[in-house]
Amino acid sequence: MTPIEQTESIGLKRKLNRVSFKNFLTTQGILIVFMICLAGFSIFSDRFLSEENIMTVIRQASIVGIIAIGVTVVIIGGNLDLSVGSMLSFATVLVVDLHDKIGPTNAIIVMFAMTLLIGAVNGFLIGYMKLNSLIVTLAMLSAIQGITLIYTGGQNVDIANQDSTWFAFFGRGFVGGIAVPILMFAVLALCVHFVMRYTSYGRRIFAIGGNPTAAVYAGIRKSRCVFSTYMISAFSVGCAALVLGSRVMGSQNNVGQGYELLVLAGIILGGTSLMGGAGSVWKTVIGVLILGFIQNGLLLLGYPYYTQWLVTWVIIIVAVWLDLANQRKRLFTSHS
Amino acid sequence: MTSSATNNNQRSDTSMKPVLRLEGITKRFPGVVALNNVSFDVRAGEVHALLGENGAGKSTLMKCLAGKHQAEEGSIVLEGQKVSFSDPMAAKQHGIVLIHQELSLVSDLTVAENIFLGSLPLKWPNRVDWKKLRSDTDKILSRLKCTFKSDDLVGDLSIAKKQMVEIARALVFTPKIVVFDEPTASLTDHEKPVLFNVINSLREHGVGIVYISHRMDEIFALSQRITVLRDGEYNGTIDTAQTNEDEVTKLMIGRSLELDHSSKPTEFKENVLEVRNLSVEGVCKDVSFNVRNGEIVGMYGLVGAGRSEIAETIFGLRRPSAGEILLEGESVTVKSPHDAVARGIALVPESRKEQGLVLGLNCRDNITLATLESVSSMGVMSPKKELEIYEKYQRELKIKTPGWAQKVGNLSGGNQQKIVIGKWLTTHPKLLILDEPTRGIDVGSKAEIHALIKDLAKSGYAVLVISSEMPEVLGVSNRVIAMYSGQITAEFNADTVTEDELVQAITGQHKAASETSLQAAGL
Repeated sequence: MTPIEQTESIGLKRKLNRVSFKNFLTTQGILIVFMICLAGFSIFSDRFLSEENIMTVIRQASIVGIIAIGVTVVIIGGNLDLSVGSMLSFATVLVVDLHDKIGPTNAIIVMFAMTLLIGAVNGFLIGYMKLNSLIVTLAMLSAIQGITLIYTGGQNVDIANQDSTWFAFFGRGFVGGIAVPILMFAVLALCVHFVMRYTSYGRRIFAIGGNPTAAVYAGIRKSRCVFSTYMISAFSVGCAALVLGSRVMGSQNNVGQGYELLVLAGIILGGTSLMGGAGSVWKTVIGVLILGFIQNGLLLLGYPYYTQWLVTWVIIIVAVWLDLANQRKRLFTSHS
Repeated sequence: MTSSATNNNQRSDTSMKPVLRLEGITKRFPGVVALNNVSFDVRAGEVHALLGENGAGKSTLMKCLAGKHQAEEGSIVLEGQKVSFSDPMAAKQHGIVLIHQELSLVSDLTVAENIFLGSLPLKWPNRVDWKKLRSDTDKILSRLKCTFKSDDLVGDLSIAKKQMVEIARALVFTPKIVVFDEPTASLTDHEKPVLFNVINSLREHGVGIVYISHRMDEIFALSQRITVLRDGEYNGTIDTAQTNEDEVTKLMIGRSLELDHSSKPTEFKENVLEVRNLSVEGVCKDVSFNVRNGEIVGMYGLVGAGRSEIAETIFGLRRPSAGEILLEGESVTVKSPHDAVARGIALVPESRKEQGLVLGLNCRDNITLATLESVSSMGVMSPKKELEIYEKYQRELKIKTPGWAQKVGNLSGGNQQKIVIGKWLTTHPKLLILDEPTRGIDVGSKAEIHALIKDLAKSGYAVLVISSEMPEVLGVSNRVIAMYSGQITAEFNADTVTEDELVQAITGQHKAASETSLQAAGL
């Protein structure tokens, strides 16, 4: 190597080191905040760190978590999915209502088919018609709310024989001492993590989110890939509806309202950038758990339910700020 | 136009004293000396053309003048006083205005708002004085003889009219010097005269004009003096009236190009690509050419001649409106880039960062992006195969990186380009199209990439190289196709063609070319 090349490569290595150190500070910053919160909660409430409480938190967080895993794939691909909340309402209402009418197996099949159909509509409009994902899924959010209300005629639905149906397994069952929702959350997280990290499909999604033009120029079929991310997101909503429907055994028309924001909050907290092309399922799992533990801690400390929204807001702002700081490699902008 | 040019010559004789002098400007970028001791002056009321090949330093010189770059050495003397500008705003306040190819207008605001953006006339208490804004704007617009109104939305205007708005914006500052950087590049033939009239009227008001263009006809119609830059160095100033196109062309390129003709491939076999009478709406018309196994064909022309668009059409990104594309003798319809890759076509695109690379991914992931099937089994990636492929091409192309995990965004331009080329070699294509393969790349990497292109052709690839740089086209290719306004004007043997012939063919001076360009204008 010539001297110039040498200094060049040394400079590059130095730059790498510095970047990864700052990376650690900024991306792990949210974990540090989380640890401080955990410490605070456990000092003021002895129940907080009990095994029972921890399992309860994870179980409660698993519905948001399952959906967030699917939406993470959409976001890594450079799009958004805001329709998951009302899709959850629709799917839950559907599976609960059909349970008594056509039996649990058929109800589950129909519910998944309908949910995937909605995902396909989203995917078609965004992937093939190239419409803006924010607008399409926002419109879908209100459209499905309407469809749900038309379907139920405004009535709540429930399952008559709540104690004798095997459908209870998904929300109330245990396997090897671990609650089924937690298991579903874990299995889905592992599967999707594997797909995103170790398969050519995952690589394509990252490439599309990172630079859609370059991905197309590399021969990647972008429309098809974007379409598939919405199918994954819809599938995860179906799984979440199984858990939710089985746990409450009855459903209001708006049971999923606000879930899209919880899901986004979890993803952002985990550190997956809304710009696309970066992030991971693992980060999302952490983000969703942070959200769950903070909400639980506030409840245990005796704060009213709605305080958690304010705290969540503060945490999201901090997370987004750290994300930006990470991108521009400093915490504050220098001017204007 | 010609009669007014003689008029102007008399005028420039009377005002010999320059308004602006650039003395001994030197500007270095990492690894390159962009400008070396360049001097240049502009007189009041003259059009001074600045000429040179791509990369000769014209735009850099003007950016130094307008405060976008700061020169390391040399001085700027404006009306006898030494000045230096830390930013474009400072230059503007001294009456030096640069009008770019890329316009910087806000399309959702009106013409008047755009012209006075940042200096809107106000009345008490801090409200916009719309009346004054309109009347001031109307004054400027009538001076420019514009046909649009001060209340028109800029977004609704044609490119030519937007350019007028940009010029109008310059007039707010009562400019002393206006620099036009390739102003006609995006104008149609009907729109050009309007611009030329404005330039002449500015000149008559005593404004000094610097005019950068590749088009000889425009330069000879407009300018009084011509200064030529070559490879960042000053190469002489001549009076337009006392020279001709041949002399200027020689000044521009008259060096002995260090071309290594010997290392070019020599054995060509059957046609890999044959394009027959291809037309694409608004891009090109009736284009026919072929590329054979082991052959390098250069496609040479000015920016906007339709070269990249033809490449995109072959690669399935655009639909042809007529004609056919034959791959290895078989007529094909390339539906998408995915289809093109499957058929063995590779395109190294014009814009590395926007089209060639996913900057957020690392070196290895970028290199394997086009060949994911071959480094995975049943859809599961094999890290071992991936690393093998990465290391193979990293070695062969001499890509300098601290390791495969390095984000490509942190690499130099030359190494980034090698990664894009490597990405395509992994797919073992039959036809390799390279669009401006060495744009913005340092001299060393440039030579490496040129050698690489020749080696690839010798190993059997059919190669199509699109370039705006003459040394590149002549030094690399066997045959050169010259394009002008969406049509092929001539085809040359790269080893025997003269530079004059090439320049003529791509600027529409070619006999056939000027005829066809008229047809093209009627497209």
